Amino acid sequence: MSAQTTHQASQARTIRGVLLNDDQRPTPSGAASASLTYGWRALLKIKHIPEQLFDVTIFPIMMTVMMTYVFGGAIGETMAGTGDSSAAVDAYVQFLIPGVFAQTLVMITMYTGLTLNRDISKGVFDRFRSLPTWRPAQLVGALLGDQVRYTIAGVIILAVGFIMGFRPDGGLTGVLGAFLLLLVFSFCLSWVWTTVALLMRTEQAAMGVSMFIMMPLTFVSNIFADPQTMPGPVRAFAEVNPVSNVVGAIRELMEGTVDAGSITTVLIYCAVLVAIFGPLSMFIYNRKS
Amino acid sequence: MRTAPTTEPAVVTRGLVKRFGDNTAVDGIDLTIPRGGIYGVLGPNGAGKTTAIRMLATLLRPDAGEAEVLGHNVLAEPKAIRSKIALTGQFASLDEDLTGIENLVLLGRLQGFSGPAARRRGADLLEAFGLSDAAGRQVKKYSGGMRRRLDIAGSLLVTPEMIFLDEPTTGIDPRSRNQVWDIIRTLVDGGTTVLLTTQYLEEADQLADRLAVIDHGRVIAEGTPGQLKAQVGSGALKVRVVDPAEREQAAEILATTLGGGVVREADPTALTVSLQEQARTSDGLAALEQAGIGVETFAFGQPSLDEVFLALTGKPAEAEPSDEDTEEPDPAAAAAGDHTGAGR
Ligand SMILES: Nc1ncnc2c1ncn2[C@@H]1O[C@H](COP(=O)(O)OP(=O)(O)O)[C@@H](O)[C@H]1O
Ligand SMILES: [Mg+2]
Repeated sequence: MSAQTTHQASQARTIRGVLLNDDQRPTPSGAASASLTYGWRALLKIKHIPEQLFDVTIFPIMMTVMMTYVFGGAIGETMAGTGDSSAAVDAYVQFLIPGVFAQTLVMITMYTGLTLNRDISKGVFDRFRSLPTWRPAQLVGALLGDQVRYTIAGVIILAVGFIMGFRPDGGLTGVLGAFLLLLVFSFCLSWVWTTVALLMRTEQAAMGVSMFIMMPLTFVSNIFADPQTMPGPVRAFAEVNPVSNVVGAIRELMEGTVDAGSITTVLIYCAVLVAIFGPLSMFIYNRKS
Repeated sequence: MRTAPTTEPAVVTRGLVKRFGDNTAVDGIDLTIPRGGIYGVLGPNGAGKTTAIRMLATLLRPDAGEAEVLGHNVLAEPKAIRSKIALTGQFASLDEDLTGIENLVLLGRLQGFSGPAARRRGADLLEAFGLSDAAGRQVKKYSGGMRRRLDIAGSLLVTPEMIFLDEPTTGIDPRSRNQVWDIIRTLVDGGTTVLLTTQYLEEADQLADRLAVIDHGRVIAEGTPGQLKAQVGSGALKVRVVDPAEREQAAEILATTLGGGVVREADPTALTVSLQEQARTSDGLAALEQAGIGVETFAFGQPSLDEVFLALTGKPAEAEPSDEDTEEPDPAAAAAGDHTGAGR
């Protein structure tokens, strides 16, 4: 009994010993540092659960190879102006890789929302929300962590494309510029999925709604075919579609025919997406029960 | 007016309400929680404890009423509140995929420690909570007791003025429970105000300086554990008869000789008698023997939550709110009401 009491007393002393006094309390981290810390959490998750990289490794390889060889012969034939199928595929590779690059990354952004939907229902988010940090940091950090996933996917697509004969005229600078622009666009577009994920109760529902938005966004665009060949209303949508604009700018960057106008257009789309869906996400997030 | 922090209460709520659809989870709670010490909120599953705590911790917006925590209104100054409180949720507020140390470093950095300082702080806390050996293990591989300790450690990177502990010992083994109790007592000695929810009267009795009993989102009793127990009776007698056929007769005999409410348990041989005075329990046993009823168990215990509810509301605690309070008490509850009245 007395041995137990002494043990308890010593444990109490140990615990009291690690408690900080009021004057040792640091100032809570600022917006940027909190966002980076949450981004670090996302990276730790990748480290502990590497399986979650499946969608950013296998999927892009599959898309690139599949799209090139399925459509390459047919569409490339008219492009190359020859019946020789290998020349046709080669011509199409130059056209398609920037598009598949953009499409795959854009599609992967959807998983950001789905992961968030699952994550937010866990107890740890209650603790995050009870901290005196800038609240959007919890979402911004998740999106920053996803940049790593997007980068992995992008590198894989470009590598596979290179193996299949993709030789952009814009060279390394053009490719890096295009990559950077696409990462910025993906970050901004992700706010659409966080809004959807926060609105929907279940992951399945979030998936359904996200797909419903994603399909027209990626297919009714200039990724696979020139909008000029599409009927009126479809063409009109394809032309204003932010994805078409980003794909257009990326092709130009990779071809080395950079046009400040089209980059500005993409950045305006980015700003509009964040300006609408950022505050909307936070509004829903703060009121979520 | 905020210059006298020791005299002003830690929490004041007036008519606090939260609804989820047409389910009113918190239904007009008025509470005043003094600074320092441990305040217990006792109630069955679904009573509204978690919902109330989440409103106080600025995670949920009240639908009506007001709440002030440490001198700040929950709607007007949530950030000021967040900088002074810590929350340990009912379901571990930890990232299960991360290791113990990673969880603490994450929380430390968010609260403003630099990387190395957060790692030192995390290691110190793990050491003090006896978790150093598990520092590099993912939290999902922790036992319930370890998880609880880590969870509380996560609330102590900086010392909060007030800590919310939502059912800190539910589902953990007795040894871990005693450890958690010791930790909580230590925190109070350091000057932190603790608000703790529990489903166990024993826990509230052991720890709390004051407590509120809540049911269906309402406060049905408030006071010190001593006051509450005086209201509830000093304890309960657990009786099991050998032959279920004789239970009814035993119930009547006990009700007359002991003057307490008698509850027929789900087990057809078991009865629980709430007592006003402990001294007369032997009369009950004698009376049963006289009637020739075979008794298997005849034991005295602290009142359970069910018995507290029986005494306070005249009906047993329900796990989930049913369709509104019907004014027809069941026979056992009616008997309890009668005898409690007669006993006074
Ligand atoms: N996020 C939520 N959405 C809908 N209903 C909820 C939610 N949280 C709690 N409830 C409901 O509110 C009531 C009170 O729940 P809770 O506060 O968790 O009780 P306790 O913590 O006392 O067990 C229950 O009926 C529960 O089903
Ligand atoms: Mg609860």
